[in-house]
Amino acid sequence: MDFIIPLLILAIPLGMFLLLGLAGMKMSHKLAGVLGTLGMGTVLVLSYFTAFTYFFSGNPEFISEAGVRLQSVIFNQEWLAFTPNLVISLGFLLDPISAMMLIVIPTISFMVHLYSLGYMHGEKGFQRYYAFLSLFSFSMLGLVVATNIFQMYIFWELVGASSYLLIGFFYTLPSAVSASKKAFIVTRFADLGFLIGILILSYYTQTFDFITLTSDPGAAFASTAGATFMGGSVLTWAMVLIFTGGMGKSAMMPLHIWLPDAMEGPTPVSALIHAATMVVAGVYLVARMFPVYLAVPFSLDFVLVVGAITALYAAIVACTQIDIKRVLAFSTISQIAFMMVSLGAARPEFHECLGYMASMFHLFTHAMFKALLFLGAGALIHAVHSNNYTQMGGLHKYMPITNITFLIGCLAIAGIPPFAGFWSKDEILVAVYSYSTFWGVWMTLVAGLTAFYMFRVYFLVFWWNEPEYHHRPHDSEWTMSVPLIILACVSVVAGLIPFGKFVTWQGHEYIIHMNWVVAGISIVVAVIGIIIAGVLYLRENDRPKCMADSCRWLWTAAHHRFYWDEIYLFITHKIIFNGICRPIAWFDRRIIDGTMDGFAIVTNKASYAIRNLQSGRVQNYVLVYLIGALLLAVITAWCLA
Amino acid sequence: MDYSQFLAMKQEIGLLVVFLLVFLYDTFASARAAGATGWVAVGLFAIFTLFGFCPTVSEPAEAFAGMYSTNAVMATIKNILNVGTLIIMIQAITWAKQDAVAIRRGEFYEMVLLTLFGMYLMISSRHFLLFVIGLETASLPLAAMVAFDKHRYESREAAVKYILTAVFSSAIFLMGLSFVYGLTGSLYFDRIGIAVAEGGLSLMLIVAIAFVMGGIGFKLSLVPFHLWTADVYQGAPTPVTSYLSVISKGAAAMAFLIVLCQVFAAAYADVWEWMLYALIILTITIGNLFAMRQKNMKRFLAFSSISQAGYIMLGIMSCSELGTAALMYYVLVYIFSNLAAFGVIGAIENNTGCVSMEDYNGLYRTNPRLAFTMMLAMFSLAGIPPFAGFFSKFFIFTSAISQGSVAIYVLVLIALINTIISLYYYLLVVKAMYISQEQGPVATFRSSGSERFALWVCVAGILGLGIVSCFYNSLLGIAGV
Repeated sequence: MDFIIPLLILAIPLGMFLLLGLAGMKMSHKLAGVLGTLGMGTVLVLSYFTAFTYFFSGNPEFISEAGVRLQSVIFNQEWLAFTPNLVISLGFLLDPISAMMLIVIPTISFMVHLYSLGYMHGEKGFQRYYAFLSLFSFSMLGLVVATNIFQMYIFWELVGASSYLLIGFFYTLPSAVSASKKAFIVTRFADLGFLIGILILSYYTQTFDFITLTSDPGAAFASTAGATFMGGSVLTWAMVLIFTGGMGKSAMMPLHIWLPDAMEGPTPVSALIHAATMVVAGVYLVARMFPVYLAVPFSLDFVLVVGAITALYAAIVACTQIDIKRVLAFSTISQIAFMMVSLGAARPEFHECLGYMASMFHLFTHAMFKALLFLGAGALIHAVHSNNYTQMGGLHKYMPITNITFLIGCLAIAGIPPFAGFWSKDEILVAVYSYSTFWGVWMTLVAGLTAFYMFRVYFLVFWWNEPEYHHRPHDSEWTMSVPLIILACVSVVAGLIPFGKFVTWQGHEYIIHMNWVVAGISIVVAVIGIIIAGVLYLRENDRPKCMADSCRWLWTAAHHRFYWDEIYLFITHKIIFNGICRPIAWFDRRIIDGTMDGFAIVTNKASYAIRNLQSGRVQNYVLVYLIGALLLAVITAWCLA
Repeated sequence: MDYSQFLAMKQEIGLLVVFLLVFLYDTFASARAAGATGWVAVGLFAIFTLFGFCPTVSEPAEAFAGMYSTNAVMATIKNILNVGTLIIMIQAITWAKQDAVAIRRGEFYEMVLLTLFGMYLMISSRHFLLFVIGLETASLPLAAMVAFDKHRYESREAAVKYILTAVFSSAIFLMGLSFVYGLTGSLYFDRIGIAVAEGGLSLMLIVAIAFVMGGIGFKLSLVPFHLWTADVYQGAPTPVTSYLSVISKGAAAMAFLIVLCQVFAAAYADVWEWMLYALIILTITIGNLFAMRQKNMKRFLAFSSISQAGYIMLGIMSCSELGTAALMYYVLVYIFSNLAAFGVIGAIENNTGCVSMEDYNGLYRTNPRLAFTMMLAMFSLAGIPPFAGFFSKFFIFTSAISQGSVAIYVLVLIALINTIISLYYYLLVVKAMYISQEQGPVATFRSSGSERFALWVCVAGILGLGIVSCFYNSLLGIAGV
């Protein structure tokens, strides 16, 4: 494949960022928005072309004669060479998962660009918003096509930086500012682990390159044999640390605390970043390095356990939130955790790593319906000017398009056939059951909770009781409705894609067999969840309040997200600030500054003391001159003798 | 005598031609045409400056039985001085239009050219007789230039101080030379070099070297031969001050390098390395300590230029080709940075008469572009990246360290600490211009075209010389590294 089109996929968003960032303020809002959207539209077409070429062209570059999909490096420019082996390159890797991401990211990004034309209309800094969106799209695309782990790290950080800019877009709101700081600091902290992991890995394997690492992990790690650190092999440490980076970006416990706060950003941004793209970076990272993780079974188990705990935790918390965007945020955490669990449960001996395929499948479908839900939430917020469901209710009468599309999203995430979420979630459950019944039951429970909390929100917003609206809510303009409708259609049919043909471990084609037992269980559980939600929330009643009162402590704890933020605040403010920062600050102020001040005082005193040298009398000048010359000679002579 | 050997002195002859043309124009031009004397001088000198870059000029040549010689290094340092002189001549045009000066403005340009001729001789001579002639040619007209504002008391006082110290310094220098002659029986550089190497060390030689260092150190204003500097810089008209501080200093630095590293090369390790070592520490430190306290901008820059001279001397410390290149580069960058500062001072002085640092309070609000230029100049003088001053300091430190002894590391460390001290007082100016809430007396004004042009050139130099690597690389090539 020619390198021009892949290069353009990266170059257009970057160019658009520079254009809008530098010249945007000179443009009208409309021009900037349309330019940004058109640029993303072009990227959409180009990346669809690239992905379809990869999947369907049958080019021997991409698919072997035996029907195995290959990893293909379109270009790989050497950028920085540490040693002959250890080279940082910037390139474009095309394989099943990156081709799939080339469909997901531009689709969602384009929808968000289009949607924002209406949603962000008239906001101050509209051009800046589009510039940041372009920067984010560029970083995310660069991340998924990275040919080596260091390139991935570079774009990983760029994603973090651009999400910081987008979350803090309303920089006059203190809450947005602190949310963006929190997101940046937490993910950056996690990335520290990522970087250390990369350094360990590259030190022992002498390569950054994904293909070298993943094609034969055994050979790449030959030199690590026997190297241990604190009871674990260095490789385990490296992989767990690399996963830490993924935990940060994908908001796994205990690094999830930034994601709910990140909802302070504009809602389309939440749809783009916190539903479909950035938060799946962690999943993508594990999938990208999967063969390496497979070589270290402990690290995969770690992924599984972290994912399972996060999934349950987030689902419980989501049941008690008032802000609909927060519900969606916790639902995202929970769904991402599904993908992680699925990866963690994938083993070659169980259906040829079904979990790997299922995880990517769920990533794909989830991106679509979660973006739909977020954009739908955006439409609601736009209509009633509040994030809280207490300000909403009975909206099905006023906003039919939003109602239907949101319902489709809820059905998809709940896992009701034939909507997209059912198919992918079913595959995940099959994969988890085949690995371990315990975790299978666990995840089934979480799936039921998912259906419950999503329909809780749905009923509370669109049915329940109607509050007094200051002005009649109505559906949004076409730039906002069209993305909703498109995404809703996709959410209906995406599950029918024979995903096993396209994205599987090692590129072999895999025929999906429905496991009707598991599917039946998951449908039943989901329906039960929906029914409970319906009983509690369809019409206004006091049952929910009674239930909450009956175990008030649990409800309060869940409402406060089990006090994770408080724990972090305690650790940072009380322990780190008092125990470490204060002594350091004292040392800095007293010892270091004191020394410097001392130097300054001495300098000043010296300057004052010698001021009379410059007497203004030329006789003295000449005298000093002569004495100086003589002293120079005498001292030199004396030293020599 | 073979008169064709005058042709070996291409730059000297060219400069004399420029001088004569300016002199003739100034003498015979009508009263109206005399107003353009400055531009005529600038134009002619610009042509001559371009001529200096012809490849034939830098070919090695010798004349007068080896008393005069030139080569690529010497031609290059002369070119660097030419560029600086050209900027000063452009900057001086506005000043020279003032009533008190206008009647004598031709003399200013003529004396600039003449002193420059003396500096050429200092650089190119291979014989101390010629060297002294060059030195005096470069010194005595300067006294007249310092006294150019003869109606101002400070100007006259400065001239008197300058001439007295200069005469004394020449006497010491000549005494040192007579010792040298007594020891070696020759005034030719190469023969002295051989004789010193053969004769070994003696007290007489040490005294002679100390006196020679005093003589040239006077022109460089090295401590303790520097005391005249502040009074003269403050009293002299600003164009003369800038001429003294960059051109005169740059030429003396190169002459110093030649005298020490070629004539007294044999005494390097035992004698003058340690003398220079002490002089550098004294110069940088005392220059800095005095600069901290100054309230008058010209006096402040006088002490700053003393300490800068100390840094320039670091290029001599290693006595190597690398040091020569670093020294030339430092002088080049120093010319641009210091002339930017003096250009701003001159513009403000011409328009408002203010020269005190307090007058610069709030300059950013009234004259943002001048304030910005001044800030660039201060940053460059302080050696803040990415401005040229950072690179020149970096290269001169590198050249000194390449010599490799522990003592040199200590010296460079002291120089580095002094860089921090210097940062303090350079930033004082920036603070006054940008941060100070008080408003000084300088109102918004538009400086003349010639001043602005000169400042643009300086700013381009400050921004470009460091980042565009070809300048330093070509200097390295010329120095033969």
